[in-house]
Formats: sequence, C-alpha cells, structure tokens
Amino acid sequence: MQLIVFIVATLMVLVGAVGVIVRKHPVHAALSLILTLFGIAVHFVALEANFLAAVQVIVYAGAIVVLFLFVIMLLGVDASEDLRTDPITAQRPLGAIVAVAILALVGTSIIVSRGILKVTAAGKAVKAANNLRDLARSIFSDYVFAFELTSVLLVIAVVGTVLLARKLPKPEPAVKS
Amino acid sequence: MLAADPLFFRGLSLAVVVIVIVKVLIVFVVGLVATMFMVWFERKIISGMQNRVGPNKAGPWGLLQTLADGIKLFFKEDLVPERADSFVFKLAPFLAFVPAFLVWCVIPLGGDFSNGRGGLVTIAGHRTLVQLADPPIGILLVLMLSSIAVYGIMLAGWSSGSKYPLLGSVRASAQMVSYEAALGLSIGSVLLVAGTLSTNGIVIAQNTISRWHIIATGVVPFVIFVIAGTAELNRPPFDLVEAESELVSGFNTEYSSLRFALFYLAEFMNTVTMSAIIVTLFLGGPQPITIGDTTLNLHLGPFSGTVWFLLKLFIFLYMYVWLRATLPRLRYDQLMNLGWKVLIPIALGWFMLLAALRVARDEGWNRVVVGVVCAVVLAFSYLLLTAAVRTSSKNREKEGAMF
Repeated sequence: MQLIVFIVATLMVLVGAVGVIVRKHPVHAALSLILTLFGIAVHFVALEANFLAAVQVIVYAGAIVVLFLFVIMLLGVDASEDLRTDPITAQRPLGAIVAVAILALVGTSIIVSRGILKVTAAGKAVKAANNLRDLARSIFSDYVFAFELTSVLLVIAVVGTVLLARKLPKPEPAVKS
Repeated sequence: MLAADPLFFRGLSLAVVVIVIVKVLIVFVVGLVATMFMVWFERKIISGMQNRVGPNKAGPWGLLQTLADGIKLFFKEDLVPERADSFVFKLAPFLAFVPAFLVWCVIPLGGDFSNGRGGLVTIAGHRTLVQLADPPIGILLVLMLSSIAVYGIMLAGWSSGSKYPLLGSVRASAQMVSYEAALGLSIGSVLLVAGTLSTNGIVIAQNTISRWHIIATGVVPFVIFVIAGTAELNRPPFDLVEAESELVSGFNTEYSSLRFALFYLAEFMNTVTMSAIIVTLFLGGPQPITIGDTTLNLHLGPFSGTVWFLLKLFIFLYMYVWLRATLPRLRYDQLMNLGWKVLIPIALGWFMLLAALRVARDEGWNRVVVGVVCAVVLAFSYLLLTAAVRTSSKNREKEGAMF
C-alpha cells in the first residue's frame, strides 16, 4: 500500500516537474507546478506529516501559484514564447553545464549519505497525532529567534519590493495658466 | 488519517467497509439534495421578498424546479469556444465542483454529544462518528479545499479565451486570496479556544451555550468569519466575480450545458457547506442548546443531533438569501479596503488579544493589568494603521488617482 502511494505521488511530482520545463505555455507550466506540489503533499501525508501537507497545499498551491497565474493573466504573457532566439548569448550551454553539475552533486550526496539516515529512539517516540504540537513547541521555544528573523526577512523583502517598484513622483514645474 | 474514528480501531471487517460505503453514499446524496434544495429555497425566499410567486409549477411548491433545470441543462448543446484552451476549459468545472463536495466530508452532521460521548453513535455494534472523516488536521482541510476552489474559477475565466470571463476570474482570484487571510485568522481565534484542529474536537469543546465559540471568542471572529466567508463564496454583496451589469456573467459566460451546471451546483454547494462550517466552528454544530445544567431536549433519540444541526444551518442559509435580496454590490475598491484595511487588522488584533488573555490565565497574571496593556497596544496599532492609510491615500491623491 505504502509502495503504491509512493509510486503514484512520485509520478505526480516527476510528471509535473517535467511539465513545468517542457510545456511552452506559461499557464500550462504553472498547472504542472501545482501537480508537483500536490505530489509532495501526498508524500507528506504518507509520512504522517499531515500539518505539513496542509500547509504545502494552502501556502504553495493555494497562494503562491495563484499569484503566478494572476501575474500571467494580468500581464497577458499567455502567448507561447519564441524559443529560437536567446536573450543572453551562451545561456543554453551554461544552463546545461549547471544542470549536470547540480545533478552530479545531488546524486553523489545521496549515494554517499545513504547509510546515515537512521530512526532514532527520540524520533520513534514522536507520535503522528501530536506532530503539530511538537512542531509548534520547537518553533516557538527553541528556534523562536530564527523564526522571528525569518518573518522580519519577509517583511523586509515586501517593503523593498514596494520601494523598488514605486516610481517616486518627479518634482514637476508648476504650470501657470 | 482516518485513525481518529473508533470505527477502525478493531481492524477492517466487512461490516466496517459497508458502514463506510453507506456513509459515503449518504454524505454524497445529502450534499446533492441539500444543494438542490438550496437553489429552490433561495429562489422561493427571494421571490417572497420581492412580492413574486417564484417557482411553483414543477412539483409541490415548485420543489422539483431544480431537477427540471438540471435535466434541461443536461440536454443542452455543449459548446467549447474556438479560442478556448480546450483541456483547461474542460478541467475547470471539476476543479470547482470536487472541492465543494469534499468539504462536506469533515463536517459533523449529527451524533450524540451528551455526557461526554463525543459524537459517537452505535451502528450494528460499531461505534462511529456521524461524519465521513475526522482527520487530525480537520479544519485546515477546509482551508486547503477553499484555496483549491480558486483554481476552478480562475482557470475557467482564463481558458474561455474572451475578455469578460478573464476580467471576472482576475477579480475572483484577487478577492478570494485576500479574504482567505481574514478567514484563516478568525479560524485561528476559534482554534485557540478549542485547542484542537479536528472538527469533532471543536464541536466537543462547545458543550454549553457559554462555551459556544461565538461567545467564548467574543463575537468579533464570528462576524469577521461570516463576512469573509460571504466574500469567499462570491455571493452578494461581494459578487463582483459575476457582476451581471458589468461582466455579462463573469467567469462562466462561455460555459453551457453540463459544465455550467457543475459551476452552478458548486456555487450553491459552497453556500451550504460554508453555513455548515460556521455552525460547526461557532454555534456548536450538532450540540443541543445547554444553559448551565439544563439541556433543551428534542426527544428524537439518535436524530436530535442532526435536527439541531439543521436548525442552526437554516439560520445561515436564510441569512445568505436575505443578504442577496437586501444589499447592493460593493465597488471594487470598497471590497479591497474592507478586506485589507478593516477585516485583516481586526482579526489579527483580536487573535493577539485572545492569545494574551490565555497566557495571562495560564501564568496567573493580573487580568486587569493584562487587559489594560492589551487595550493600549491595540489602540496604538489602530492609530498607527489609520495614520498609514491616511498618508498613503494623500500620496495617491497627489499622484492623481481616482480614489
């Protein structure tokens, strides 16, 4: 049963991920991204991390991709892009090199660290029903400083974006009529 | 995820499987019938309020009108516009319809909550809850599904390939995403008092009328939830999504036949489920009215929980129809102002207040001092917010904006 769920969820993730790259239409790519995010949520549920699954759907699928789609629709860039011209020269060979490098890095780290992951006694003691309580306790007691700093970072990002996007009114010469 | 239901404690047997299948069927059929009834109810009440007769031909009192409309829609021609994105166009109605139905699964529809029985009833020797599923994330599932429901409307408008639906869906997504924040924050206040996410647990926590969350959280989250919920449903006075006078019919202009019927059903289904969620969160769900030690008993045995639930549900169904018949539509800037500058700050402030009072109770601090400090902080934040709003609107006026 677990194997079936794993295979289905992984297929969702992979098909979605390939779709994001292959689909030429931005809206279809965004929809593929939703498929990937849902697949990850299914993985979370299979691991009994129900709260993370809910947050995954509410935040990523429910807010972030909606914003993506919103921007795509509002800007009207929903025509397929012309892929024959490169905005930056040598972008594609560089991209290929980076992709291979990342794949090699992730692959080797998985192979090297295969035996390191073990179920500890402390991990076994955590009950799935209480995982929300445990999560809240560690966020708001042990890691409260890091948590608050992250939220400050987000606020700074928003304020910075507004400042950058906002055109300051130029001092216009007063027109006398 | 389903482990919270004692039905599964003793492992799966044939009886358990049959009970689950029967529950699924009942929930599905009750959902469909409730939706059909809601369409009729709305048309009948509105016609009453407007001095008309309303549907009265099909069946007694026009009760079968919805069924007749459904059959008519079923036989209509199914159009896909030439410029539409055909896959997304066909997918969108289901994205709207399926979440509307799934919410129904986590709502306690009845059960025996007296003497700490926790909503369990016994069917053929098996103890079970009168709700399809009681996942530990309970109410978050509702938020999840309401955030997925945005896609149905959004993609329907976009894939139609014409202007009015696109405008409608852009409006819809902006409106639903902004009101979801207020919705979530007012749910937060309820969760703070109830101390659990499971819908069954939330109902158990409200065993007397003074512990109903409408009173225990101090009315404000309830009001915010009802307003934000109405906006989330795109119902009047927040129906800018399909404002007939501006957008023809909004996101569903290009839809016909069965696909239109799915949108239509989803809309009314959402009205019923949103009312049910309000009842569950704030009015004690299937709990009877209990003041002190005296319980108002309906003497209906195992059905009294369901009857109480329906009685409370009707208040909100009627309220939604009443709002539609009474209130004019908001302007778009009014909608956004209400959401971002009024509802979200109040919901957030109230949530912090409740949290502070709770900490004060647990730590044994002086209640009065805590109350005064909270009031001062809230008043200061209010002044800060109004100052910020005033400055920004003055700036925009300088740049020559209309409002």
